[in-house]
Amino acid sequence: MDRRKSLKALALGTLSTGLLLDACKETDKKAEAPKTDTTGTGKIDRMPEELEHYNKITADKFFTEHEMATITILADIIIPKDEVSGSASDAKVPDFIEFIVKDMPEHQTPMRGGLRWLDLQCLRQFEKSFKDCSEQQRIAMVDQIAYPNKAKAEMKPGVNFFNLMRDLTCTGFYTSEIGVKDIGYAGNKPNQWNGVPEEVLKQYNLAYTEKENAECVSYK
Amino acid sequence: MGELQIKKQAVNYDVIIVGSGAGGGMAAYTLANAGLKVCLLEAGPMYDPAKNVTQLKNPWESPRRGAATRFRPFGDFDACYWGWDIDGEPYTKAAGTQWDWFRARMLGGRTNHWGRISLRFGPKDFKRKSIDGLGEDWPIGYEDIKPYYDKVDQLIGVFGTNEGLENDPDGFFLPPPKPRLHELFIKNAATRAGVRVIPSRMSMLTKPINDKRGACFYCGQCSRGCQVYADFSSSSVLVKPAMATGNIDVIPNAMAREVLTDKEGLATGVSYVNKDDLMEYQVKGRIVVLAASACESARLLLNSKSARHPNGLANSSDVVGRYLHDSTGADMGGVLPQLFDRKRYNEDGVGGMHVYSPWWLDNKKLDFPRGYHIEYWGGQGQPAYGFGMGIQSMNGKFLVNGKQKEAGGYGASLKEDQRFFYGASIGMAGRGEAVAFRHNNCEIDPNVVDKYGIPVLKFNVKWSEHEINQAKHMKETFKEIMHAMGAVITWGGDDGLENNYGLHAPGKIIHEAGTARMGNDPKQSALNKWNQAHDCKNLFVVDGAPFVSQADKNITWTILALSMRASEYIVDQLKKNNL
Repeated sequence: MDRRKSLKALALGTLSTGLLLDACKETDKKAEAPKTDTTGTGKIDRMPEELEHYNKITADKFFTEHEMATITILADIIIPKDEVSGSASDAKVPDFIEFIVKDMPEHQTPMRGGLRWLDLQCLRQFEKSFKDCSEQQRIAMVDQIAYPNKAKAEMKPGVNFFNLMRDLTCTGFYTSEIGVKDIGYAGNKPNQWNGVPEEVLKQYNLAYTEKENAECVSYK
Repeated sequence: MGELQIKKQAVNYDVIIVGSGAGGGMAAYTLANAGLKVCLLEAGPMYDPAKNVTQLKNPWESPRRGAATRFRPFGDFDACYWGWDIDGEPYTKAAGTQWDWFRARMLGGRTNHWGRISLRFGPKDFKRKSIDGLGEDWPIGYEDIKPYYDKVDQLIGVFGTNEGLENDPDGFFLPPPKPRLHELFIKNAATRAGVRVIPSRMSMLTKPINDKRGACFYCGQCSRGCQVYADFSSSSVLVKPAMATGNIDVIPNAMAREVLTDKEGLATGVSYVNKDDLMEYQVKGRIVVLAASACESARLLLNSKSARHPNGLANSSDVVGRYLHDSTGADMGGVLPQLFDRKRYNEDGVGGMHVYSPWWLDNKKLDFPRGYHIEYWGGQGQPAYGFGMGIQSMNGKFLVNGKQKEAGGYGASLKEDQRFFYGASIGMAGRGEAVAFRHNNCEIDPNVVDKYGIPVLKFNVKWSEHEINQAKHMKETFKEIMHAMGAVITWGGDDGLENNYGLHAPGKIIHEAGTARMGNDPKQSALNKWNQAHDCKNLFVVDGAPFVSQADKNITWTILALSMRASEYIVDQLKKNNL
């Protein structure tokens, strides 16, 4: 639904409508060009100390090219393109991972060490680094570390690494524009709450009480 | 550094207020509207939620996707500058004790991001000692504060329902929003478990109340501040209109150092360091009102020693800094399998719960003296950092679209799992009353100063068995409610005596109170029943410090009511030439 039209339907005072329209223009503008800036600097309210921190941690790269290539392959194995949405790399998840390990340094050693562990395992099993393995070999490797309950004991470091990699990939993906659309989050826009939709109440065999219907706010 | 000199302001104000949160904002609003010349000192920068915007942003507009930082401990979009750890402003703790101190540095203080849970204390909450023999009774009763609660309700706006409950008084309520889907499940289950669930009472405008503020548009992001001022923040709802009177000068980035006094021991002004130019300033006034937060106000008093006030200002009783207490808190989370694979729709609602449970039992029949309320959450929230993590603990445990899967995994199957589980999580939190003890205190650390050279606070707080037993009861109740609705507990279900039943460290709930308590006996209290210092009649404290006890209710609404009451008293006493 067109947000401007829905806004006009809101019976608000002139002042708040004006501000809301501005707020809406802002979100529309962002929706048009979300990929041009993922820094958050200048787009959301920041203290000078936050900007300084941002500039400091983004001045350097953390991962090497080889590591980034491996992260990208892994991220796209974890979140591939399907009939609903694009892949992790479509959603720029590797860039997010590069940023987040600098913002949360506690992830640095588990990520770096995990990537190295993975390469050494692949070298042992396939005589190649993970990146240089065939697709089949990569999946054969991933299958040994992607299922915590059935993985062999000697694969434990790999399981821990893959859990972290899966966590960061999922969180990076589902907080991207592509991912939010995929998961179907329907909010973050001005609206008027009239309660759970009728058909949903019916689905769960629920109903509002007379007291609730009488006391709670409702909008036409 | 050049020569250090103290700059003295030429203006002599009627009132100097330190701090611009709920207490300071209300004092500023009331006194400026009464025509007094007011100076408001704030330790952080100016802030206006209409200009300093993080609301209605998408998660990808934050590089860390809304994750917390040291600068914003409640997340990258949260409308609070600083929190547990401020550069150059340390605090210390006695060995073996815990206290986490959350400090906002911005106009409006913590009210910019707070939960907006706006509860009146009830008649029993002012007389706990008479009921259970612990702590102290307030020098006032509900009947003294009721007219001010009524005025605060109407001035600021709060939704809720009149339920006729004895200790959760009725008020002037706007209509509440209808419960969300998970809240209907919670309500039904809790009711079966014997726990009363009623519409929450929160300060968002479900209807417009004047032409200065818009009505709620249900983005669920009150913690980010509201561009149309549809929720209560001191910055937008109190300080902004106070400034419009022309009677108030707001001085931002002013870190108060000391309350100045004369030979008679009366307050004459406040000295502060300006954080921008690092120069020392003094501002003079007839009356000083402290509202810097319970602990910062105590720190200021204790740092304001003089020949007349050798133990710190307003502290001949030696109670300043003592009786420090926070709300208790313990939480539990889970998933509601009925909500797997649910239909998508916008259920943001207001920023927080639409229903809650006020305390429903009689402590005489329990092994802990004070009650708690329960807050609830869940549903289809905006994804943020952390979303989608830990799937291996979910997708092996529950059938996904009828299929048993191996925990963990990747690929298209993983994407299916994420869609399937979205919106099914629920949680609940107990927030209870702790007993205020004299030995739980903050005092000046003789060894440590902050970057401005101001001696810092040292905390010495421990929970007692009362709070631990209460947390145990919370967890038992949560389990009953979870069980009654068929939910599966995913965290917070394994706590025991070894970790105080998941009881959060004191300070964590950010309801600091009690450090300059009011009372009729000057030997047992720092302030009288008008928030006025026994030892210094032109000094008032209007934040959480005057609280004798803090009930099982969030304290903001009572801070507002008491600050308005104290401010009207100041106006009255000035008219009568008593100040």
